[in-house]
Amino acid sequence: MPDTFALEAEDIRKTFGHFTALNGITLSVKRGEFLALFGRNGAGKTTFLKIAATLVRYTYGKLRIEGIDIREEPEKVRRRIGFLSHNTYLYRDLSPIENLRFFCRLYGMPDSEEKILSLLDRVGLRRRASDPVRGFSRGLHQRLGIARVMLHDPSIILLDEPYTGLDANAVEILNQILDQASAAGRTIILTTHDLEQGLRSATRAAIIDRGKIVFDGAAKDQAVRDAYAAYIRVGVGR
Amino acid sequence: MKPITAIIFKDIVIEMRSKESVSSMLMFGVLVLAIFNFAFEPSSVDRSLIAPGILWVAFSFAAILGLNRALAMEMDNECLQGLLLAPLDRGDLYLGKVASNFTFIMIAELIVLPIFVIFNNLKFNFQFLEIAGIACLGTIAIAAIGSILSTISANTRMKEVMLPVLQIPLTVPVIIASVEATSMVLSGETKGISSWLYLLAGFSIVYLIVSYLVFEFVVEE
Amino acid sequence: MRSKILGILSLVLMIANLYMIFIFAPNESTMGVIQRIFYFHLPAGIFSYVSAYLLGLGSIMFLIKRDLKWDRFAAASGEMGVLCTSLSIMSGALWAKPVWGIWWTWDARLTLQFLLALIFLSYLMLRAYLPEREKRAALGGVFGVLAMIDVPFNYLSIRWWRTQHPQPVILGGGLDWDMWKVMIVSFLAFAALYSYLIGRRMAIARVEEEVEYLEHAILAHD
Repeated sequence: MPDTFALEAEDIRKTFGHFTALNGITLSVKRGEFLALFGRNGAGKTTFLKIAATLVRYTYGKLRIEGIDIREEPEKVRRRIGFLSHNTYLYRDLSPIENLRFFCRLYGMPDSEEKILSLLDRVGLRRRASDPVRGFSRGLHQRLGIARVMLHDPSIILLDEPYTGLDANAVEILNQILDQASAAGRTIILTTHDLEQGLRSATRAAIIDRGKIVFDGAAKDQAVRDAYAAYIRVGVGR
Repeated sequence: MKPITAIIFKDIVIEMRSKESVSSMLMFGVLVLAIFNFAFEPSSVDRSLIAPGILWVAFSFAAILGLNRALAMEMDNECLQGLLLAPLDRGDLYLGKVASNFTFIMIAELIVLPIFVIFNNLKFNFQFLEIAGIACLGTIAIAAIGSILSTISANTRMKEVMLPVLQIPLTVPVIIASVEATSMVLSGETKGISSWLYLLAGFSIVYLIVSYLVFEFVVEE
Repeated sequence: MRSKILGILSLVLMIANLYMIFIFAPNESTMGVIQRIFYFHLPAGIFSYVSAYLLGLGSIMFLIKRDLKWDRFAAASGEMGVLCTSLSIMSGALWAKPVWGIWWTWDARLTLQFLLALIFLSYLMLRAYLPEREKRAALGGVFGVLAMIDVPFNYLSIRWWRTQHPQPVILGGGLDWDMWKVMIVSFLAFAALYSYLIGRRMAIARVEEEVEYLEHAILAHD
């Protein structure tokens, strides 16, 4: 069936001037899978996620999200994707409620105060729902970012190093939300440095090195840990 | 609420809170008017001849300031990326920006205008409304081209400093048309003013359409 | 091979052109010898507009096809535009000084040429401050399109605004048939030289890119 796959990447390449960020990524992620993507800084994880999120245009290749070609119908694709990056894309002069209300409207969804408030509840921001985001710590920022990502109920959730800078509470909240989403059949692709965090709930693990996938296997396999250890060793020697 | 309207509404709310854009444009506009006062000996030159020019110099540079501010606020926290993630046509995003930019620049201009009238001892009569109308038309043109040019310049190594370099040569028709039309209104000889107004309208329409089509190339990496 | 032929053709035509201008062309009755500068001035002016449109065309084609060759074409046209406008302005000034006694006047033609020069320079400046190849091509391309559609508006607005330039002799039908012959040869010579220069500039750009690529590749391996 053509759309059992949440994401199908065929030989995706991307160059930024002389720098080749992605050198032929071929990857198929089934619906409902939880993929943990590991890799050094500059290996290409962020670039790949951004391409999947339609923020960056690939130089070569083909990419389909739930069967839809990303070049042909980008808007349809965007509706199904939630992307969380280092920057939370939130407006500092607005409060959490106002931010989420805005994103609701941006996604063409009806204004639903209850939905917004319940989401803020889930991320533990209910009490600060009306304070301007400007005063928030990194952790609170990230929590609101998570709320923004889940707002339009995306079927595919892309997260770029979401655990960076989070306190234990926030990590707990994020894990809960991801587990719930995964149980509800959402596809999740997450990049991280932290092997344990990444493998905690993942069903599948892959390693990117210099723009290519060098390992791809089931998350619970020992092979993952061995490959990762080898990857790190090679890196240190360089 | 449609996405474009949501963008405009969001920009207005933020501006009402921070008041950064309008106040800096306003301040700058008044300062330019004042500087020209010192630059030109009041008695040696016929005020009405150079007044329209001074007005539009003030408007052009204030607009550039405002456009840069607006984009800087969007680049803060990479909020522009957030907008790009939405299932919104890039062209619609552009139109939303044009509408917000137009609104803020217009507000600043409408405050500078009465000050301009007072400085130059003009009258607050029908002429004033006509000048405001021309300002409106000229500002649509500037907002149309400035919204895309500011996004382009933000991507360069020179950042905001590149905007005047790109915008001023391209907006010469707007400035000439606005200044000429304003002069005609002030002197009372309005024969031929419609050509200038049509030029402003034509410029706005053409740039709105073309920028709508090419905006995606500016924002995609 | 093609560029060699074009190069030789330009050389031949230019020599022929010089002959035509200085020896063949009749003396103009009112302005005398200095009028001969017109045979450079007019083609330079016309080709500056041609450059603007080629810039726009190259930009549009790049945005559609994403082939860097079109971007090189647009950039080369931009540089040719600076060349042509400079030539036009300088020849105009050299002509105007003895004839009307002034170096510069803000009349329609001259102002337009100056403005065009500014637009070409802005374009090149934009490119200069975009170090990444793809971004330079994409953003340069967008600006190229915006600049091209600006030219008719500039033309109209400045034309309406100023009318001090004398009625152009050529359009007034006041050109001798012999003068026409010279003008045609001049245009052909310019066209050949223009094409040759654009071709060469594009080739140089290609080599520049390859050198940069190699430099990066070598440095990356250290």
